[in-house]
Amino acid sequence: MDKKLKVDPIREGTVIDHIPANKALQVLSIIKAAQDDVVTVGINFASHKFGRKDIVKIEGRELSQKDINSIALIAPDATVIIIRDFQVINKYPVQIPDTLNGLARCANPRCITNHEEMMTRFRVQQKNPVRLRCHYCERVFDGDELELVTA
Amino acid sequence: MEHLISMRDLDTRRINALIKRAGDIESGREKPDMSNRVMGALFFEPSTRTQLSFDTAMKRLGGKVITMSGTKGTSVEKGESLADTVKIINQYADIIVVRHYNEGAARYISEQVDIPVVNAGDGANQHPTQSLLDLYSIQKTQNTLNNLRIALVGDLKYGRTVHSLVYALAGYNPVFYFVAPEALAMPQYILDDLDNMGMTYEVRETLEEIIPQLDIMYVTRIQRERFADPEEYEKVKNAFIIRAAHLTEVKENFRILHPLPRVNEIHTDVDTLPGAYYFQQAGNGVYMRQAILTTLLEQL
Repeated sequence: MDKKLKVDPIREGTVIDHIPANKALQVLSIIKAAQDDVVTVGINFASHKFGRKDIVKIEGRELSQKDINSIALIAPDATVIIIRDFQVINKYPVQIPDTLNGLARCANPRCITNHEEMMTRFRVQQKNPVRLRCHYCERVFDGDELELVTA
Repeated sequence: MEHLISMRDLDTRRINALIKRAGDIESGREKPDMSNRVMGALFFEPSTRTQLSFDTAMKRLGGKVITMSGTKGTSVEKGESLADTVKIINQYADIIVVRHYNEGAARYISEQVDIPVVNAGDGANQHPTQSLLDLYSIQKTQNTLNNLRIALVGDLKYGRTVHSLVYALAGYNPVFYFVAPEALAMPQYILDDLDNMGMTYEVRETLEEIIPQLDIMYVTRIQRERFADPEEYEKVKNAFIIRAAHLTEVKENFRILHPLPRVNEIHTDVDTLPGAYYFQQAGNGVYMRQAILTTLLEQL
């Protein structure tokens, strides 16, 4: 009984595990579930590794690389698990790339990227916790300080 | 194409080469000729000193200067994008010198054009030509850039000059004293960078105790235009005023630098002391800018 999952397994789709506690709703906003998507959110589950963790399951969908890069910004320890026919097909840690282009807005209101029609660029200074430097204004931010580009 | 956007892009080898070249130009050992070149000076934000210094530098090299000063009545005011504005200047000039109120503007411009770009100040971010002339001034007065004790005094939060300067000196093993009221302290992200580089610094709110140890005191103006709240400005504007009476026990090589303009942070009774070097420092700016313009224009 100890091993029983608190949420039902899914047939097809993606599980995002090892999200820091209370960050699941931010992850949900990244993956932008459609109105008819079936999504399960678990908050503050016990975790051997992290004490507490969140978990998100989304049925019938595999995430894009852009979604995964965005998740890595706020959940650098997250694991992505791809499920097909109730079986784990693939399981891998999210990995933030060395540069992020067009993914997030710069949090510096005086940065040129907030005043011109242009793509933002960040260089990852530190991967966990995530710290990024804006290529333009040179300011450094924590991953969760940045607002993601939704378009 | 090589540009000059941020001190972060320069290693000590390139810094030393520019300092040597500025010295060669000042002494007359090198006389570069840029008489067939045009400098486009785009000052989106007002400036007197930096603009005149670049203007003088280009003219002493024999070159020509075209200038946009402020945005009133220009295509910018009509809503033209920055990218379009600079692509037009790209057609007229051989090098662009730009000051802009937005941070990162110079980097962005350098990605839009195929001529060299010099950052003459981008918001509160970088002002690398000021840093290089500061380094040239330090080298001239100390005969070295290595192992110096340097106090940075005044507005360390908004002062891009001091931000650029700390990166510029990173390769020369300095000891820094950051002396500022709490509201204007050096930003944490810069202290983090210094920690990562293993540099030695002390954050202080008082200056007197360290004056006898200093080689350089670098004073900056507390800038009214950086404060959204005028009350905040009134509270801190007189926080550090350097007077001759403070400077009775100083080392022989001690010099005071200031990027200018000053308001009242260095009392005029300091001007006649042997350590006062801020006016010569401004003069050094022309030689350093000649060295920078020559080095970048040689690529064409």
